[in-house]
Amino acid sequence: MRDTHPCENCPVHHTENLIRLGIAMDRVDYVVALAGNPNTGKSTVFNNLTGLRQHTGNWPGKTVVRAEGGFSFNDKRYKVVDLPGTYSLLSTSTDEEVARDFILFGRPDVTVIVVDATRLERNLNLALQILEITDRAVLCLNLIDEARRHEIEVDERALSRELGIPVVPAEARQKIGMEQLIAKIEEVASGKYICRPHRVRNRSARLNHAIEQLSKRLSEQFPGLPNLNWVALRLLEGDQRIIDAVQSGELGKLGAGLLAAPTR
Amino acid sequence: MEQQHDKNSENILSLANNLRWDLGVNLHDAVVESIYEDASRIARKTVSSKGNKAAYNLERKIDQLVTSRWLGFPIMLLMLALVFWLTIAGANVPSGLLAALLLDTVHPALKSFAAAAGLPWWLDGVLIDGAYLAMAWVVAVMLPPMAIFFPLFTLLEDLGYLPRVAFNMDSLYRKAGAHGKQALTMSMGFGCNAAGVIAARVIDSPRERLIAIITNNFSLCNGRWPTQILIATIFIGGAAPAHWAGLVSAGAVVGIAVLGIGFSLAVSWALSRSVLKGEASAFSLELPPYRPPRIWQTLYTSLIDRTIFVLWRAIVFAIPAGVVIWLVANVHIGGQSLAEYFIRWADPIALLFGLNGVIFLAYIIAIPANEIVIPTVLMLTVVSAGLSGVGAGAGVMFELDSIGATEEVLRAGGWTLLTGVNLMLFSLLHNPCSTTIYTIYKETNSLKWTLVSTFLPIVLGLAICFFVTQLWLLTA
Repeated sequence: MRDTHPCENCPVHHTENLIRLGIAMDRVDYVVALAGNPNTGKSTVFNNLTGLRQHTGNWPGKTVVRAEGGFSFNDKRYKVVDLPGTYSLLSTSTDEEVARDFILFGRPDVTVIVVDATRLERNLNLALQILEITDRAVLCLNLIDEARRHEIEVDERALSRELGIPVVPAEARQKIGMEQLIAKIEEVASGKYICRPHRVRNRSARLNHAIEQLSKRLSEQFPGLPNLNWVALRLLEGDQRIIDAVQSGELGKLGAGLLAAPTR
Repeated sequence: MEQQHDKNSENILSLANNLRWDLGVNLHDAVVESIYEDASRIARKTVSSKGNKAAYNLERKIDQLVTSRWLGFPIMLLMLALVFWLTIAGANVPSGLLAALLLDTVHPALKSFAAAAGLPWWLDGVLIDGAYLAMAWVVAVMLPPMAIFFPLFTLLEDLGYLPRVAFNMDSLYRKAGAHGKQALTMSMGFGCNAAGVIAARVIDSPRERLIAIITNNFSLCNGRWPTQILIATIFIGGAAPAHWAGLVSAGAVVGIAVLGIGFSLAVSWALSRSVLKGEASAFSLELPPYRPPRIWQTLYTSLIDRTIFVLWRAIVFAIPAGVVIWLVANVHIGGQSLAEYFIRWADPIALLFGLNGVIFLAYIIAIPANEIVIPTVLMLTVVSAGLSGVGAGAGVMFELDSIGATEEVLRAGGWTLLTGVNLMLFSLLHNPCSTTIYTIYKETNSLKWTLVSTFLPIVLGLAICFFVTQLWLLTA
């Protein structure tokens, strides 16, 4: 016999659990990165989460420096990092490097991938690249109001199944969907939701074999490294930043750090 | 152990090298392709579009119009003109009200309070006639236009018009060897050059970013619009037949702004072909969808984040400037104030450029903020021409009640149409304000480029003024 409304059992229902911390961020439990294509509303999501007023505008490339802020939810403190918007993580321009380095070396506990629902296909290119690097991610399907206006419908359950991560529809400009986003961030951060991220298929057998060979060696050298296949692929492509990281042992520290903190 | 580690790393890298040879040159393309294939497969499975072609087509139609070869630029200029017209027209009344409150009511009250408290005359002068008046003037003159201009600009930004401006300007800037996004930083400069300089961070290439920073000063900033409008009204409008006066002076101001854009292109071109050589880098610019702006939020954030922020900075700089103005006008050596010494000394040199010593001194004192140039000019003119019966006494910054009164003072100071034209040119082409100079230093981290950005416009301005003056004198 249950006499409470089902919603009241949901942590989202209790908005008093959410405290926006602005830039007061000592003692953080989890680090959350905001990534996505330019002009998808990352900074708007950032402002909603942290209560800060990072300048937003309808033009690509507006966020030029990494902005950081924080919030606290259910007694856990989260640091949020707003990354510059990029179309991919494969080339070498500075903003792409900032975004990629943070996702790889900054080891965020959760990466929120903000995508534009009206341009899902193009946005998924970046999302898939991010999922190659990290397996703790939430997809924020933003601008669904705009998609509705253009009569575009996205099946978010199917999308979540395909990507293997939670998908939260949102209208960040109207502050809609933010509570659900925070709840999903918490689930992924605390390990309640185990992501099974989509990995790119249909590579040639020869390439897969090469990746396999290389990642086996990498796992011997850098135990604990979570994204072996991605690192292997980058090495095969001759990515200088990753080559340097292998040489300097930076990758090793990354793996060791992850092994040392198995709960995170 | 350490050696073992290094050896293993080397092995991994050489294995990667060997495998890379095996895989051939198309590896990168193949990797990208497999990602695209997956993305498009997932999108096909999850997205269903009934295809509201009408809404989409409307956006395309608007884009074709605002970025078209023939209409793109006229629409752009009309938009800018509309924003400026709203700013100028809307700012007049609140400016007058603020001036009446801060200058005509609070200032006398402070004076009598100081007299009652028995403050020595010099302390009263420095604090109330110097620091307070400078601050009050800046608030009265800057707050209303900023409170109108910034929200309007932010609305355009929110709507998605700015990328279209960049799209239109891109080919011009590329031909000048600069980055197309410089169009964005240039438009930001119309509000505030310091903001425009910071905005140059959107440009990746250091060379092109530097060009954008150096040339941002050619965008007439908020602090310079009032000068342009006042001088154009008095001297250019005054020289035209009465019923054309308004249109002619407005045209002159827009002309100066367009001239500024011309200079930014020309200087970018010259820089990219001399000290900052290089090819213009390509970039892809996504035209974002038009989004209905959130009016109230825009008003709120642009007021709090931009207007108050910029105003506070201006006040901080205006207060010491006010003290300096009062001091140079009131510290006497051998019967003459410091201001008079400088003006007498600089006059012959300044006349070569069609300017005068007062203008030179005003621009030196007003380095902190362009908006105090005109009050400083007026005050110094009164001091040096020995006019009596105007203003509130020697060395007090004031605002004359009407444009007519301002004109009388300037004409009594020996100003002509030529002086007016040259002041407008010099107001466009002179050093950036100290806030902008400091911002340039912080952004470039280079004393050399800060100095170049500071002195290049001055040299250009003096050269242009000299040229105009000599040509004028030859033909007159």
